[in-house]
Amino acid sequence: MQIEGSCPKTQRELIELEFIEHRTKILDIAAFLDRFDRSIEHNANDDFRIKAFREALAALNSSEFGRVERIQMLLSDLSSELRAERDGQSAYGAAKESEQ
Amino acid sequence: MINYIDLHAHMVSRTTDDYHAMALTGCVAVTEPAFWAGYDRVSASAFADYFKHLTEFEPQRAAKYGIQHYTWLCLNPKEGEDRELAREVLAIIPQFLERPNVLGIGEIGLNRVTRNELATFIDHVELALEHNQLIHIHTPHLEDKYKGTKAIVETLASNSRIDPSRVLVDHVEEHTIRMVLEHGFWAGLTLYPMTKVSPGRAIDMLEIYGTERLCVASACDWGPSQPLAIPNCMFEMRRRGHSQQWIHEVVYTNPSRFLSQSPKFKLAPLAQALAD
Ligand SMILES: [Zn+2]
Repeated sequence: MQIEGSCPKTQRELIELEFIEHRTKILDIAAFLDRFDRSIEHNANDDFRIKAFREALAALNSSEFGRVERIQMLLSDLSSELRAERDGQSAYGAAKESEQ
Repeated sequence: MINYIDLHAHMVSRTTDDYHAMALTGCVAVTEPAFWAGYDRVSASAFADYFKHLTEFEPQRAAKYGIQHYTWLCLNPKEGEDRELAREVLAIIPQFLERPNVLGIGEIGLNRVTRNELATFIDHVELALEHNQLIHIHTPHLEDKYKGTKAIVETLASNSRIDPSRVLVDHVEEHTIRMVLEHGFWAGLTLYPMTKVSPGRAIDMLEIYGTERLCVASACDWGPSQPLAIPNCMFEMRRRGHSQQWIHEVVYTNPSRFLSQSPKFKLAPLAQALAD
């Protein structure tokens, strides 16, 4: 595993190459949160997904390497128990409180 | 142009135009793991039809574009909950294993990480060991990925008959890649919009962990996916400043190294394939 110097681009080059793309992404996230506030009915402020999302945003602010991995873990079910039976085919994107 | 191998492509769900586009961008071989149809199949005979499709019609369709088609057989993790059906399907798989384009058992693994899914996964692993087959593994998505990958890795690591170099654990992400590589397995990065890994993140992981035992694939299927995900990623690799040799290692040498452990996997020169 190599972190330092493993990306062959300089920081200046990365900004030229990718800043606009990620500027757009951060604005999309901000707009999603504003839209959530403007919602016709405030019925999911404590939804497990939005709570995990807000925790992930806080983790994004860290100045330490490893943000993606830490955010992945915030959005994961950290329990190790097997489910007794299948509750559906698809996952939700964050762990329900009862599963953590 | 750099040739590439897409070792995870559900071509049964794609159009012939997709084969054409893949051929134009340098695809020389695909391997197609058995997949979920979008609904749970109700009988073993439905699987027998599917396995016939994967071993007869699909390689012919690919060959018209100079693309070699290989496949993996199983009952998909999304159907692993039904133990009775799993037993019936496992009983018919051996009669297809000798077919010339079958490389092994896959994509087996877990979906919602249930007890039955794990039992069905273990049955498939036993079948693969019994018939000396390569193993291709699906790991669950989203919040289930971490615990599912951990359960899979621990199950395999506790079985001394497993040679990890003959197993590829697919759909790894930033929080699961290390445990897979550290146990000696091959790891697959899936370039799938929305729920899996973007080209940028796949390249990051290749830079951080190195290219050894790492492959990329499109996992294109009937969902929102891209059959040209690999050439798209190759373009990103060039933009990131990686050499042709580095790219070739990831998209061609690595998958052929893993797949060549099956004596059936032999890359024909492209011209020969087109002439056949
Ligand atoms: Zn798949």
